[in-house]
Amino acid sequence: MKSLYLRRNVPFELYEVNILDADDEELLRISEELGLSLNLQEMKKIKEYFEKNGRNPTDIELQTLGQTWSEHCFHKTFKGTIKTSEGEVINSLFKTYIAKAAEELKKPWCISIFEDNAGIIHFEDDIAVAVKVETHNHPSAIEPFGGAATGTGGVIRDVLGVWAEPIACTDVLGFGPLDYDYNKLPPGIKHPKYIYRMVVAGIGHYGNNMGIPTVNGAIYFDESYVGNVVVYCGCIGILPVKKYIKNAKPGHRIVLAGGRTGRDGIHGVTFASLELTEESEEESRPAVQIANPIEEEKLARAIIKIRDLELASSITDLGGGGLSSAVGETAHKFGCGARVELGKVPLKHPHIAPWEIYISESQERMLITVPEENLDKVMEIFKSEEVEATDIGELTDDGRLRITYHGYLVADLEIGFLFSPPLPQRFAEWRQPRYEEPRFKEPRDLDEVLLKILASPNVASKESVIRTYDHEVKGNTVVKPLCGRYGGPSDAAVLKPLNDSWRGLVISCGMNPKYGKIDPYWMAASAIDEALRNNVAVGGRRVALLDNFVWGTPEKPDRLGSLVRACKACYRFSKGFGTPFISGKDSLYNESPLGPVTPTLLITAVGVIPDIRKTVTMDLKNPGNLIYLLGKTYPELGGSEYYGLMGFIGRSVPKVRLEDAKNTMNQLTKAIDSGCVESCHDLSEGGLGVAAAEMAFSGDVGVEIWLDKVAGSSSLKRNDYVLFSESNSRFLVEVSKRNRERFEEIMEGSTYSLIGRTVKEKNFVVYGLDGEEIVNLGLKEMMHAWKRTLGG
Amino acid sequence: MKKEDVKICIIRVGGTNCDRETKRSLEDLGVKAEVQHLNRLVRKGSLQEFDGLVIPGGFSFGDYVRAGAILAKSLTARLRGELKLFIDEGKPILGICNGFQVLVEAGLLPSFNGISDYPEAALATNIPIGYRCMWVYLRHENFGRCIFTRRIPQGNVLKIPVAHAEGRFIFPRGEANKLLERLLENDQLVFRYCLEDGSPAEGRFPENPNGSFYDIAGICDPSGTIFGLMPHPERAFYGWQLPDWTRMRRLPRFADGRIIFSSMIEYITRKF
Repeated sequence: MKSLYLRRNVPFELYEVNILDADDEELLRISEELGLSLNLQEMKKIKEYFEKNGRNPTDIELQTLGQTWSEHCFHKTFKGTIKTSEGEVINSLFKTYIAKAAEELKKPWCISIFEDNAGIIHFEDDIAVAVKVETHNHPSAIEPFGGAATGTGGVIRDVLGVWAEPIACTDVLGFGPLDYDYNKLPPGIKHPKYIYRMVVAGIGHYGNNMGIPTVNGAIYFDESYVGNVVVYCGCIGILPVKKYIKNAKPGHRIVLAGGRTGRDGIHGVTFASLELTEESEEESRPAVQIANPIEEEKLARAIIKIRDLELASSITDLGGGGLSSAVGETAHKFGCGARVELGKVPLKHPHIAPWEIYISESQERMLITVPEENLDKVMEIFKSEEVEATDIGELTDDGRLRITYHGYLVADLEIGFLFSPPLPQRFAEWRQPRYEEPRFKEPRDLDEVLLKILASPNVASKESVIRTYDHEVKGNTVVKPLCGRYGGPSDAAVLKPLNDSWRGLVISCGMNPKYGKIDPYWMAASAIDEALRNNVAVGGRRVALLDNFVWGTPEKPDRLGSLVRACKACYRFSKGFGTPFISGKDSLYNESPLGPVTPTLLITAVGVIPDIRKTVTMDLKNPGNLIYLLGKTYPELGGSEYYGLMGFIGRSVPKVRLEDAKNTMNQLTKAIDSGCVESCHDLSEGGLGVAAAEMAFSGDVGVEIWLDKVAGSSSLKRNDYVLFSESNSRFLVEVSKRNRERFEEIMEGSTYSLIGRTVKEKNFVVYGLDGEEIVNLGLKEMMHAWKRTLGG
Repeated sequence: MKKEDVKICIIRVGGTNCDRETKRSLEDLGVKAEVQHLNRLVRKGSLQEFDGLVIPGGFSFGDYVRAGAILAKSLTARLRGELKLFIDEGKPILGICNGFQVLVEAGLLPSFNGISDYPEAALATNIPIGYRCMWVYLRHENFGRCIFTRRIPQGNVLKIPVAHAEGRFIFPRGEANKLLERLLENDQLVFRYCLEDGSPAEGRFPENPNGSFYDIAGICDPSGTIFGLMPHPERAFYGWQLPDWTRMRRLPRFADGRIIFSSMIEYITRKF
């Protein structure tokens, strides 16, 4: 029997992998045994390359290829070719839909989109804002605390990786129902309650310790998240535009700085490109890294000093793929080669094989390139912050990656080959699920229904989580995640990042996985609308978007089919709203023995407000004011909280009517600027009923509402439908009586209706379509229901 | 001395993270404020160049062992003589959140009989357990000893946020009441957590956010020049930092935390 692995005669562990003699079956065996997660097509291309070179690859060369070609690092699904069942051929989902809108919109305030570690947009004068949102689902399923903490740590480094100083974090999480039956849990899957607690603790641990406020987020509960926890971590940073330096050249030194390299985080990216199984924990526990936020805090200080003094020529973080990605991508980006001596890399413990050093994903590390003449100064800065930094090699002009270990050449690859994996051709097919619109009688007691919806986990107060995150540190949080008199749910966070300017940054998000069960197209459209609504509601505008897809295995045509549909909506509505995507990330292969994840698209929206003093919050301010509903209400309850409560999904998924939506949002922005909006809240889960209730108890101001005044209510015909429809692009606005004319003048030409008023009595009263009282609840009672579920 | 000549040192180590906004607060009041890494301060031996010291919030050295313990030991081991001189000259020291934890761990607070070799009190794990970020009401209890709050009438209520996991002020078991009496006798009690109307929280959560003994939120040393508190005055400096400023008829320019910094500066300009 021929041997596939031949140990090289060197004083350390190095294997030559005999792929030249391997047949197809053996190629796949090699991929599996080395944990490469490469398919036959890819292994064959590697074999072909080495046949040309007349030699076998070393283990470290194969590992480098495995990392660089992984779905996580290369996004093959978004770059490859897709054929659909309708006969369409899509060459790159990314180029065709996601990036295309931004290209066509050509916004002058977009500085760097989709090409670097984070998207960069202009903020004010010579200051720019960098934003990135990442997923960290796979590690969080195995080790929720470490997985979530390093998710936050990683996205903060992404922002540092464009020379930006982190100023805020966001987190959006998806868990299985907290009361999930233990007996139904398959082996290897942790209970949602455990995952929930540990993920929340992990995120707080990192952000709080680093001193970065966590200002915006959301938590969703869905059965499909039992086996596939969803963890999105975002980070926002600021940088002077002219400090965005990237001019690395051959001869520049490669400096590795930060934490030491260890065996934690081996094969994180290849693991993230596989489905989770019963054995995942045992096999992949080492794939989860260990977090040390204090190390990153020191590292960040040093990086910002080096930035300010313009001592380095490029920067990137070490995330998925570790050194292999960081070195390779840096060389590739600047058209260089690279030479690296792995023996210099500081290690956590001895006896780590060269390939492990090269692909380890140990945390808190950054890679910068430095012109020789600045090297001493750079090292001095790292030293002053007590950060370890090592000169591990240099950029070269030969386009090759040459890795040595104590002087022995262990890898020698062309950078060009490293970045040309064979792209897959996949088949996509989407079939509309056959959900029926339910038929049931209108419940007699809508008080009880409203209380139940307020208490449902997706709607209920997340205060018990939010308060464990420091959202005030840095002292720049103008609108906090909880607002009003009683901790109301803010639509968006507003930051005032500059001491000498009133200009504010507005951060919001949108996510509607429930609609995706009916149609991923309208889910994506709704998520964009929701993220924009939340932004506009506090006074945000000039919005940039980020997309984060969490989907199942793309080799399965139905999963890919729904992904294609969502991407199509992303293009249409990003373009239509004039809000370009500036950055994004996809996490695929979210499947477990319990099945695939519900396709989940998170849209993060980053807007600006010219003067934070004009910001509006969602809590009702005073009795004696008028309540307007902006936008039209349609019979759209498919995927709604209300149908969910009644045990249905339904079919009538909310749509987005682009022109109407834009109209409403633009006029609302004008109204906010004019100063005649006292409070404003967007309508989302639970529709009008929930939004109005939240405004009332958050501000401790009573309200009366007449459903027959709601625009569109006549076509809905039922009180419960009007109250709980989740039609998009709607807002509730409080206006004082003396501003009535001015407000209506501004809103002229868009759909709005005067539906109620605020009152002295601390009650929430709704009059039905026939004028009879259908809801009458005390504010305290509603708030109690809302806060009780998850604790407040 | 003149205000513009006042120079305050904000000390930092790895894990300190509220130094920037603390610096901003001081600078806004017209004095010089410099953030100094402990290593640099030790190397240069430059503590005496400053007229006041602030130990800001954060997680110094990761708060491993106990919150503030490592920085406290570093300070007393590496700056002992200089720190003593600084204190003896009557220069003010302010510890905010982690800084308060450091001062208690370093034996600088409550410091009944001069600098103590061991902590005389502790800022223990919150009850209910866990990190909590929220706005609280503080009743000013000091009768004039504390130079950081001299401008605040006794009994006034301030609104300032807390954000910590270890802020439960406690005295050694069995001696708590005796030591509390001493604290009151010496006029060392400065802030207590209270309700909006100033009535005592009496240990009730969330008004008392951490289960502190006697609702204690901040204390000073017997001389009144060393002051530590868990709440963050630098996060309640401007009106727009308030959690409910959008409910106010007019946006106030400043919030309640400012007076602590301005009192510190006023003391320096009068004394030196």
